[in-house]
Amino acid sequence: MSGEALAFYLVAALAAGSALGCVIATNIVRMAMCLLGTLGAVALLYFLLSANFLAVIQLVVYAGGTLILIVFGIMVTSRTYGEKLKPRTSEALIGTIVVLALFAGLVAILLRAPWTPVAPTEPSNSVAQIGQELLGTYLVPFELASVLLLAVMIGAAYLAQPAKKE
Amino acid sequence: MLTVGLTQYLVLAAFLFCCGLFVMTTKRNAVGILIGVELVLNAACLNLVAFSRYRVGTIDGQIAALFIIVLAAAEAAVAIAIFVNYYRMLATIDADKGDELRG
Amino acid sequence: MGSILRKVAFPIFLVGVAAIIGIAWAPALLCGTVDSIRDDLGTWYKWDLRGERPTLTVGNIRQYLEGSIEGQFAPAAHVRFGHSTAVAFAYVLWPLQFRITRDVLAVVGVVGFVSLFAMFAIWWERKVAARMQSRLGPMRVGGWHGWAQSLADGLKLLQKEDIFIEGADRPLFRMAAYVAFVPALGLFIALPFSAAWIARDLDVGLIFIFAMFGVGVLGVLIAGWASNNKWSMFGAMREACQMISYEIPLGFALLVPVMTVGTLRLTTIGDLQSGGFQTWLGFRNPFLLAAALIFFVATLASCKRAPFDLPEAESELVAGFHTEYSGFRWALFFFAEYAEMFAAGALAAILFFGAWYSPLPAAWGESWRHGPLWQQALHGVVFSGPLWLIGKGIFFVYVQMWLRWTLPRIRLDQVMYACVQVMLPLAMLVLLANTFWEWLVPNRSVLGMAANAVCTAVGAVVVLAIIGISIYGFVNRRRLVGTLAVKHLPGA
Repeated sequence: MSGEALAFYLVAALAAGSALGCVIATNIVRMAMCLLGTLGAVALLYFLLSANFLAVIQLVVYAGGTLILIVFGIMVTSRTYGEKLKPRTSEALIGTIVVLALFAGLVAILLRAPWTPVAPTEPSNSVAQIGQELLGTYLVPFELASVLLLAVMIGAAYLAQPAKKE
Repeated sequence: MLTVGLTQYLVLAAFLFCCGLFVMTTKRNAVGILIGVELVLNAACLNLVAFSRYRVGTIDGQIAALFIIVLAAAEAAVAIAIFVNYYRMLATIDADKGDELRG
Repeated sequence: MGSILRKVAFPIFLVGVAAIIGIAWAPALLCGTVDSIRDDLGTWYKWDLRGERPTLTVGNIRQYLEGSIEGQFAPAAHVRFGHSTAVAFAYVLWPLQFRITRDVLAVVGVVGFVSLFAMFAIWWERKVAARMQSRLGPMRVGGWHGWAQSLADGLKLLQKEDIFIEGADRPLFRMAAYVAFVPALGLFIALPFSAAWIARDLDVGLIFIFAMFGVGVLGVLIAGWASNNKWSMFGAMREACQMISYEIPLGFALLVPVMTVGTLRLTTIGDLQSGGFQTWLGFRNPFLLAAALIFFVATLASCKRAPFDLPEAESELVAGFHTEYSGFRWALFFFAEYAEMFAAGALAAILFFGAWYSPLPAAWGESWRHGPLWQQALHGVVFSGPLWLIGKGIFFVYVQMWLRWTLPRIRLDQVMYACVQVMLPLAMLVLLANTFWEWLVPNRSVLGMAANAVCTAVGAVVVLAIIGISIYGFVNRRRLVGTLAVKHLPGA
């Protein structure tokens, strides 16, 4: 087994284990920590797929931004320390059956799909190329995303204002 | 199995997607639902980047994943703001308790 | 006995420093030897070195070292070893050809460097703080100015009882310390100590270091939460708020040299500053100098150093987010903080202040780089080498310590005001101005070179002033008020 394959299986085990941890955990902060594990593992997978820039952006924005926002949300909205909200047993059972069926179906399709075995193309994705694509082919989505971020900032700041005391 | 190809990445992404779906549908904590959404989005991004690397050859998949990351961050911000308001009004973060239209 | 130890303490210290440099340099030299052996044998045996690199066997290396390869092969500058020496040396050299051995050596080196630096920095901080407060600091432990104080502290912390709070989440409590510590180590993977001394030369190295700064915030947040202590949580939330807010001007300040140079690769940015004092990026135009200052202040807030050290506000929150941590877990947070301080200083040096090059142009010493070992060592000390980067990092760490013990702490709302209403617009203006400057003013024009000269003059004046004041203070140390150059205390 080549080094790259070994690295992939280790990181994939970490990602799958963290995702299972998210599923099993009852404490919300432990779920957030398992999400950190998943995000880190996915960033490592991006490194393996030669998407270096995307991997560091995942670490900066997702693990160092969105996850911190989620943990802040947990801290602000938790009533007691270590509160456990368990799902109802019937819901959990139906959910498990449906999700397992979905996973089995997806795997069956994936293993049988006739992907013509294409040799992996030479990864020539430098940061400069991403920049040129963003400002070239994808200019309109890029500008729309910046407008969207502005709207989100204003909206979130307005929504989270302290309640006016009448 | 010894050389890693496209199928392994897709199976892993499917597994992450299914875990995220389970979390989204069964957790009662609203922030837990948001965590499930993040898992699903990550699975989709992984899918896109794997396809871009193994089948397409250009970096369009990475650009799409970049946009997904940006939009997920924006969506998480608005969601947390909504949850903070929900908690202020109902004094609980249990998503099942928000079943009255008043408030 | 004490007086004898005192006399030999400083020579022992110098020998220790030389030994550490030797231990760090020897593997690099051996790796270079293995590479040259592989290249020589590759040319002789006509291996296809462009493709998959063939593995050298121990026998190959032994034959090379003995000079007993069949045929007329006579490598240049070849020292012939005896048989047993060649066998022993071959076994030592054989594992060094694999990528994974070099990676393990790099990780060991990084961990060792961070530990040594953290111990040194803790001792030094106490001495600097003491001198600024007209007292002496640690003087007893180990004899000469308490140099072994950090070792003693480390031993004490190791044997302390591991206290767990009732009702706290034990796995989370443990994990928070690790999540705070691992990114602080991880960012040294992409931090170059010299053009060749880097664990992984990532083409996105700068953002990787930025990412590691950001992930470390999470450890602090979880530490505050897992302590089941209201005050720890307040400290953690204030700290996270401050660190994240200051990442925005930090990012803007990082964008300015990246825009000037055009790459995110740290070795390229460093190599561009090899021509002497005036080619350092911070002195190219006044906007880069302003960006350097903004970067420095933003990293002060990111490392929770005063004047932004509200999270550790000892007079307000006991100890902030790490109140409930004892023993070695507490030390882990501090190791992480000192590692981040050094990384921030080293990053400032790489991006703005000449990286691993000395103020002399590297072209003057070009012939020394390929000479015998003592010439290479001299080149490393005079012109360019890891010692220069470590020295600059230590200088910036000193400036951080100096600011901590001089300036008063500022309140959280003042911190946020400074970030959002002062530094963020300033950073944006600097970025915009630099964009226009790079677009409109070519490098070789009169305006460009005049700006370069003015900024270089400012920088030179500051550096010379610091050196001058230090020399004056050292020469007159018995006469000036507050220096307290006294004889050693009885019993030491």
